[in-house]
Amino acid sequence: MTPENANPSPAPAPAGGKKQRPPRQKMPEQPAAERVRNFNEVPYGYSADLAQLEASRCLQCKKPACVDGCPVCVDIPGFIKKVAEGDFLGAARTLKADNSLPAVCGRVCPQEEQCEKLCVLAKKGESVAVGRLERFVADYERERGTGELPPKAPPSGFRVAVVGSGPAGLTCAGELVKKGHRVTVFEALHKAGGVLVYGIPEFRLPKAIVGAEVDYLRRLGVEIEFNAPVGKSETVDELLASGFDAVFIGTGAGLPYFMGIPGENLIGVYSANEYLTRSNLMKAYLFPEYATPIIRGRRVATIGGGNVAMDAARTALRLGAEKSIIVYRRSRQEMPARIEEIHHAEEEGLEFQLLTAPVRVLGDEAGRVKGLECLRMELGEPDASGRRRPVPIKGSEYVLDVDTVVVAIGNGPNPLIPQTTPGLATGKHGNITADEATGQTSKPGVFAGGDIVTGAATVILAMGAGRRAATAIDAYLRAKKPAG
Amino acid sequence: MAKVVARREIAPQTVLLELEAPKIAAKRRPGQFVILKKDEAGERIPLTIAMADHARGTITVIFQMVGAGTRGLGAVPVGGEVMDVVGPLGKPTDIHKVGTVVSVGGGIGTAVAYPIAEAMKAMGNRVIGIIGARNKDLLILEDEFRKVADELLVTTDDGSYVRKGFVTDVLKEVIARGAPIAEVLAIGPVPMMKAVCKVTKEAGIKTVVSLNPIMIDGTGMCGGCRVDIGGQTKFACVDGPEFDGHLVNWDVLGTRLSAYKAHEQEACRLHGAEKR
Ligand SMILES: Cc1cc2nc3c(=O)[nH]c(=O)nc-3n(C[C@H](O)[C@H](O)[C@H](O)COP(=O)(O)OP(=O)(O)OC[C@H]3O[C@@H](n4cnc5c(N)ncnc54)[C@H](O)[C@@H]3O)c2cc1C
Ligand SMILES: Cc1cc2nc3c(=O)[nH]c(=O)nc-3n(C[C@H](O)[C@H](O)[C@H](O)COP(=O)(O)OP(=O)(O)OC[C@H]3O[C@@H](n4cnc5c(N)ncnc54)[C@H](O)[C@@H]3O)c2cc1C
Ligand code: SF4
Ligand code: SF4
Ligand code: FES
Repeated sequence: MTPENANPSPAPAPAGGKKQRPPRQKMPEQPAAERVRNFNEVPYGYSADLAQLEASRCLQCKKPACVDGCPVCVDIPGFIKKVAEGDFLGAARTLKADNSLPAVCGRVCPQEEQCEKLCVLAKKGESVAVGRLERFVADYERERGTGELPPKAPPSGFRVAVVGSGPAGLTCAGELVKKGHRVTVFEALHKAGGVLVYGIPEFRLPKAIVGAEVDYLRRLGVEIEFNAPVGKSETVDELLASGFDAVFIGTGAGLPYFMGIPGENLIGVYSANEYLTRSNLMKAYLFPEYATPIIRGRRVATIGGGNVAMDAARTALRLGAEKSIIVYRRSRQEMPARIEEIHHAEEEGLEFQLLTAPVRVLGDEAGRVKGLECLRMELGEPDASGRRRPVPIKGSEYVLDVDTVVVAIGNGPNPLIPQTTPGLATGKHGNITADEATGQTSKPGVFAGGDIVTGAATVILAMGAGRRAATAIDAYLRAKKPAG
Repeated sequence: MAKVVARREIAPQTVLLELEAPKIAAKRRPGQFVILKKDEAGERIPLTIAMADHARGTITVIFQMVGAGTRGLGAVPVGGEVMDVVGPLGKPTDIHKVGTVVSVGGGIGTAVAYPIAEAMKAMGNRVIGIIGARNKDLLILEDEFRKVADELLVTTDDGSYVRKGFVTDVLKEVIARGAPIAEVLAIGPVPMMKAVCKVTKEAGIKTVVSLNPIMIDGTGMCGGCRVDIGGQTKFACVDGPEFDGHLVNWDVLGTRLSAYKAHEQEACRLHGAEKR
């Protein structure tokens, strides 16, 4: 939460005095001016030396508070100790016991709200850089490890269908296959990873890393069927009837919300999902070598204040925008995006129009965006969420000169499964209702987890849900009939 | 991977591809579509399933080569492969017995109208087909349509075949006969569907249209396919593609379809193809 010393200056080695701790180590990264012109990952990651130095800062607490902040309870002091000792592959084993996608989590977890928030050193703004270490260990293992596979239970004879290959589905599949079950993942798109491949941009999470995780699962024995939109290709009931003993649904978010303001159907107004899918999954930034086009706006406004908005606005810069503007109703304090992303975005020259609400998109004769009319807001009384509610200032309308507008105000649940699965209970927004501890839905043998249950959340929460559901599915199967 | 088992040019710039896709062939219902992606760098292209052969395990798509994407797809030879085929997508047509239905197909839209007309006939309806094209060469599926329709009326814009006139001219004549018409199904270019809806609205006949907005995922995730139906935003890939024609905001659809005109020219230049 504290801005860090801006430069990745070489780490001062621990000074002679024995109680003196080195400062929190920065990751070297691409300079802002350079990186806004490419899609390469922003931070380069720690070197082995930097990682060991950072690891040496951990106090190895007896009752580690940091672990309480991690939704999957990674043994943080345990893996960090091994890093400090230089046993990087050992650290990877410890890490992977609780977290099957550490290279991803190390990059995208909102650490400052989770593990690092509770670290005893956090009070001084110097919490151990758990995420960066996690990333280092995972990258080290991927690049230099032996690629050995964890032990697998003997074949159980049970088959499980996993619908959706986002973090929830992949985690559930990995756990189940290790427990000896035969697992087939059904994915509607032509690539596995869910938001990790279509949403989060290359410069924040290189697709090769997601690809390596998926390959690892396939080597473990997970089968993946692409281009399989369950509900349309086969329904959940058909899967159950065709030999699958249980089904896990991890279909994530879909149905982007729009604001319902005039002009939202003009050319140049995108949902963040469409904008990011074109750029990431379809590689529109390589158009025309890749065939999918995207409008490269000169001046782009992105509406929203979360990770999704930051990703879209930073993508706009890399697509060549002269100006990329975040339009957000509340103040900076309420912005839900990860601190590191806001910080990176600022370095890259993103402009923030805070306490600002769009009221109308203006178009030209050809139906293309030519401006965004906005209204200034001020903070009023706190609302149900405890945040002070923004209220419009009368007569404060003004027009932002933009030619592209990206709407990043959230998503509803993906509709295909709820629409086609009788007996599957859903909540009032259409999310699937499932037990928090087990993922059990209202339908026997059908479990669910991730964004489709909780609404838009985080990678690690989706993984946690996938993992808990795998435990519950395993118990369900073994209770069903004696393991074969 | 789906293998191309048959390929024919059934009109200038118009290709029929029969693809091996047994699961989709078994599952598809009239009105549904697939999304095809030719290779790693390809676009995702939505196309209606014009025919399906359950026994052979194949589906047939018929499309016009309008841009780089469809041109690339049209160039896949027999024995070649299409990397990704997703489907069946979209809601199937509501096929029911209503009496007399008029199925109007304009240009390439005839390929979309055909499977629906076939199913309507099989359900026991009386089907009057009206198909039209700019000229004789561009007219498709005439023989096939004749087999499933109780009556087939053909027209060409330039009069190079059968008669001169638009499908709306023929439709007006059919309505003027006075025999009751339960429903009109109109599929074709946006201006044609818009014109048909104007005619049927005046005559008070229920009209269903199939919309073709630009799509990416086809599963309700991206919102790119949004259309304005009676002032409400709907996603054509999951809420459609068929809608009540009298509620469609045609201007929004028409405008949105022109979003990538400039890109399309760039892509065509790159691929050395000349724009028609
Ligand atoms: C742009 C963006 C940035 C984000 N940044 C962060 C971040 O920095 N940190 C963080 O922790 N979280 C972030 N999130 C949130 C996080 O990505 C999600 O919470 C997480 O991916 C949810 O995982 P999931 O497995 O539930 O679903 P998803 O990742 O949404 O995956 C669902 C998968 O199911 C497939 N599917 C859907 N329907 C069907 C069907 N019927 N049949 C077959 N397959 C189907 C989809 O195609 C998709 O592949 C971000 C989200 C977005 C959109
Ligand atoms: C549900 C659905 C079913 C369809 N069924 C058929 C079919 O059976 N046969 C057929 O020939 N076409 C069909 N289409 C239209 C077809 O998808 C487009 O013609 C195709 O995507 C154009 O791709 P392209 O790369 O060749 O052209 P582009 O280079 O992308 O564009 C060429 C021209 O077509 C316009 N265009 C782009 N995308 C679409 C689109 N989705 N629909 C209409 N025009 C578009 C562009 O604005 C441009 O003027 C269908 C579309 C949908 C959504
Ligand atoms: S998984 Fe996320 S929350 Fe848990 S330790 Fe790793 S970075 Fe922290
Ligand atoms: S709370 Fe901080 S110092 Fe203590 S074990 Fe966890 S990371 Fe190390
Ligand atoms: S095509 Fe993406 S939501 Fe319909």
